[in-house]
Amino acid sequence: MRVARSELWAGRALLIALMAFTILPFISIFTTALHPSGTVPNGLDWPANPQWGNFVEAFKVAEMPALLASSTFIVLAVVPVSLVISTMAGFAIGLLRIPGASVLLFLFVFGLTLPFPGIIIPIYLLERAMGIYNTRLAIVLPLIALYMPFAVFWMRTHFVNMPSEISEAAKVDGASTWDLFWSIHVPLARAPIASLGILMSIWTWNQFLLALVLVEDPTQRTMAGALGAFQGHYATDIPLLCAGTILILVPTLVIFVLFQRQIIAALLQGSVKG
Amino acid sequence: MATLDERTEALAVSRRTLLSNRVRRETLVGWLFTLPALLMYAVFVLLPLLLTILYSFYRWDGVGPMKWVGLKNYLTVFEVPDLLGTIFNAFWLVVWFSFIPVGLGLVVASVIHRVATGRLGSVARTVLFLPQVIPLVAAGIIWGWLLALPGLINEILKFVGLGTVTRAWLGDFDRALPSVGMIGVWVLLGFCTVLLLTGMTKMDPALYESARLDGASWFQEFLAITVPLLRYEIGVCLTVTVIAALAAFDIVYVSTAGGPGNSTAVPGIQIYILAFTQRAIGLASALAVMLMILVVIVIIPIQRLSQERIE
Repeated sequence: MRVARSELWAGRALLIALMAFTILPFISIFTTALHPSGTVPNGLDWPANPQWGNFVEAFKVAEMPALLASSTFIVLAVVPVSLVISTMAGFAIGLLRIPGASVLLFLFVFGLTLPFPGIIIPIYLLERAMGIYNTRLAIVLPLIALYMPFAVFWMRTHFVNMPSEISEAAKVDGASTWDLFWSIHVPLARAPIASLGILMSIWTWNQFLLALVLVEDPTQRTMAGALGAFQGHYATDIPLLCAGTILILVPTLVIFVLFQRQIIAALLQGSVKG
Repeated sequence: MATLDERTEALAVSRRTLLSNRVRRETLVGWLFTLPALLMYAVFVLLPLLLTILYSFYRWDGVGPMKWVGLKNYLTVFEVPDLLGTIFNAFWLVVWFSFIPVGLGLVVASVIHRVATGRLGSVARTVLFLPQVIPLVAAGIIWGWLLALPGLINEILKFVGLGTVTRAWLGDFDRALPSVGMIGVWVLLGFCTVLLLTGMTKMDPALYESARLDGASWFQEFLAITVPLLRYEIGVCLTVTVIAALAAFDIVYVSTAGGPGNSTAVPGIQIYILAFTQRAIGLASALAVMLMILVVIVIIPIQRLSQERIE
């Protein structure tokens, strides 16, 4: 395809300007994090004497190992359970076509429009009554439930497109519904299940509102929730706040760089299907 | 004497019951498959939804006795400017979280598609997407610092000779909301760009080639081909970003907490403050119900428009 030279350069300039707009904030908090703790540096100033120790300090005061462990625990509790139960439901609705499937589907899809802040109050009160308030379970259980509309819809979209011959052949061989599900259809659904797993892991790691309302102790929260608490404590110490923010971002950024292709693909498919 | 007919009849009946038993069992098993998902969804989403609606008709502090007040909480939302204002603020955020990222995203995607199909394009894709994977809380903290008085934004303004407009952006009554909006642009631009770009690469390249043979400029190509054919992807972008704007919480909570005054308070923030610091559960619930209805009302026409077949 041929494009005029001037247009080529104008286009490239626009892209570079936008990349700078995206990247500069990260660079700015990085240089700020290297200034002496407690000072208020300017914009992009490189410090005369870089304080790499700020990262060590932030690592200690933010209790990073505990935060990482807590977030990982929550992800490991939420994602596998969500994957199994949403795949089962998607299978029943999309492939078995059980009576009432369309009603069920509508019920789940309706949940896609629900904003989290809309239902947070009863969740808080329910969890107080159930005695799980201020535990990790307080985040885990509602998160699994809140993912169901998207996850069931996502898996149903996969199963509804599976040719029925596969299931019929298995039934002739005398396979039970569970065999059909577990030994035949789950292996075939590996790709959509993996994408869904990536999506739900990122969303869980980044979940803030549930952590803020339902768990007071930052070391029992998700990463985003812990970051919120860290900001609450160190809002006035800008370099330390920036150092802590960077530390909390590092795991996400590493994962993104390693799996960027899969993550971008999953996030895009997720929104197109949603 | 049992005739052959009778015997076949009996056999057929028993086969029918056998078959319907099997169907019934399969139906039962199918329902069992949906049960865990349905149960979780019912307890932690549907029940809270019903309870929110129920609470909205009461005056309640969450602990003491509940007092039925009918529609009074809804009237209060309409009468108190600070409460109704959160809904206006939410719509104002839609401009920043939705219209700008989608509009600019369309331009950027078509630029990448036209001039940067190589390495620059794929690097730009990854870089612009980056803010989408970090927690919104982190975006709020980062920009909270950038928009502060000694922050990067003011430094840049001074550098280009606009020193007179510098200010503490998030502390300024008139500029705080657009500043929060800027954070939304930063987070959502890459997402929209990459989504729209994916849609463009799926289109038939012959369309573009013939347009270019006819000497179409970038802008003509953009209006005549890109925008109409990307209707579905634009609809998806609008849906996702409009929900992000109307239900905004994380970014606002971290960067301004609704202030200064109530100038950046959005429904999500106001629900949180009413319920968890002022203990006005009923009023908070009424606002929550209105927010949920609002989202549905705004999303339905967007979905209709984008799903329509192109004649």
